Amino acid sequence: MLRIGSGAGFAGDRIEPAKALVEEGNLDYLVLEGLAERTIALSQKQKQIDPSLGYNEYLDERIRVLLPLLVKNNVRLITNMGAANPNSAAQKIIEIAKEMGVACKVVAVTGDDVLDKLNGDFVVFESGKSLQDYTPLISANAYLGVESLLPALETEANIIVTGRVADPSLFLAPIVHHYGWDLENYNLIGQGTLIGHLLECAGQITGGYFADPGRKEVEGLEDLGFPYAMIEPNGDAIITKLANTGGIVNLQTVKEQLLYEVHDPASYYTPDCIADFTTVKLKEIGKDQVLVSGASGKRKPDLLKVSVGYHAGFLGEGEISYAGSTALQRGELAQHILKKRLLKNYPKLKTDLIGVSSLHHVQYKNIQAYEVRVRAAALCKTEEEAKKIGHEVEALYTNGPAAGGGARKRVEEVIGIVSTFINREAITVKTKAWECRV
Amino acid sequence: MKKVKLMDVAHCRSGDKGNTLNISLIPYNEDDYEWLSSIVTAERVKKHLNHFVKGTVTRYELPNIKAFNFVCENSLMGGVTTSIAIDTHGKSLSYALLEMEIESKN
Repeated sequence: MLRIGSGAGFAGDRIEPAKALVEEGNLDYLVLEGLAERTIALSQKQKQIDPSLGYNEYLDERIRVLLPLLVKNNVRLITNMGAANPNSAAQKIIEIAKEMGVACKVVAVTGDDVLDKLNGDFVVFESGKSLQDYTPLISANAYLGVESLLPALETEANIIVTGRVADPSLFLAPIVHHYGWDLENYNLIGQGTLIGHLLECAGQITGGYFADPGRKEVEGLEDLGFPYAMIEPNGDAIITKLANTGGIVNLQTVKEQLLYEVHDPASYYTPDCIADFTTVKLKEIGKDQVLVSGASGKRKPDLLKVSVGYHAGFLGEGEISYAGSTALQRGELAQHILKKRLLKNYPKLKTDLIGVSSLHHVQYKNIQAYEVRVRAAALCKTEEEAKKIGHEVEALYTNGPAAGGGARKRVEEVIGIVSTFINREAITVKTKAWECRV
Repeated sequence: MKKVKLMDVAHCRSGDKGNTLNISLIPYNEDDYEWLSSIVTAERVKKHLNHFVKGTVTRYELPNIKAFNFVCENSLMGGVTTSIAIDTHGKSLSYALLEMEIESKN
């Protein structure tokens, strides 16, 4: 039985659940997923400034906690925390290992960076426009699949660090490696892809992003445990978590995560297959144990998806709050003033009444808000233009309705992400190994 | 006819891919799948969410696990990376669907 744990579902995820999994999960592999689309573009910018950077900002902290435990318990780590610079991330891990006196081997997998392989004629999937309309480009990373990880798995590496790899493939690769699955047995690959898809967001299948008091109760959310899967050679898997951690694994959490970020559930595209989740069977077989089987698949797509990051301008934002029985009326007055003063120069200005309609854009149930926070936001070409939004909101202290408090302003560079597609043959995957001897 | 809110009989989770939003719909009681299938149509979901769903709504059915997936195009003000909305991912939008009032089963 193969045991794979999921120790992070995004770059800034909590660290202690991964530690508990490595200590008590009797795992073969731990996967840390920490590379959102925008994160890799930001990392690419860091790397341009300092060629030794461009990997996940929490790499150092996570490795210090996990490395001795991984080696002691013979658990292999697979992570995309290499972001824009897996080679530097691997060297950083070796540096930490030397400092801590832990002998280990680290392999970096590169080849996802395809920025120099694109040109303006590539078609953007979301808009149908050509890529030359999205400038300046910052990053372009192909979603690599299982094949790119197998050579690294065949080494004795304790840690495999990658850049952009399709999230489910990070989990599927060790299954394929361990059981020697045929990459053209698409039903098996589809089932393995489902296991990866269920695990990739870590706590989202163990009760995170789920609780709704009175309807969906989750005990111990403050100590949420992360999931691991126990996988049979035929792909049947039990999704579970450590008994002494908070959270819950049941049919409801598994179903919600099964459809998370899925479009057509019969055609879930990855670099490894087109998985079909409509054939899945789920069964609760014990406390916090769900048996998952029966996913299937079709032949893998010929093209690989590429995530392209471009500079899209600057977001300017400001907020101010009003409270009391007439909060809504004063909030609306503040909104009116901001529109009058800003709309002529910022025709796409967005104003929100937080506490009223800022999330659902309407109130499906009419409740008079006792506190209202007014927000103004605009996407601007320059940082200077963006700053004016927060400035105008702050000015409402002395120029706006009565008793406005807690004004905040913010400017942030906006990195847009679009996708395009590239031939598999255009990709050259490289693996490079480092060793720390003690 | 007596009405209930969708949140009384089902739960949801929303996810994003670019400017497309998906919201699952999962009955608490698996026996309610057929009933919900007949009343929570793609057209009705589009109408209910018309304040932010600007594109096509497609309903995918998973009778094997008794769940639906509503895929709503052009619904996230341009998508997570360039949207100027507060909730760029649309993570809160599953609870907009759960506010839908439907005819009670009995």
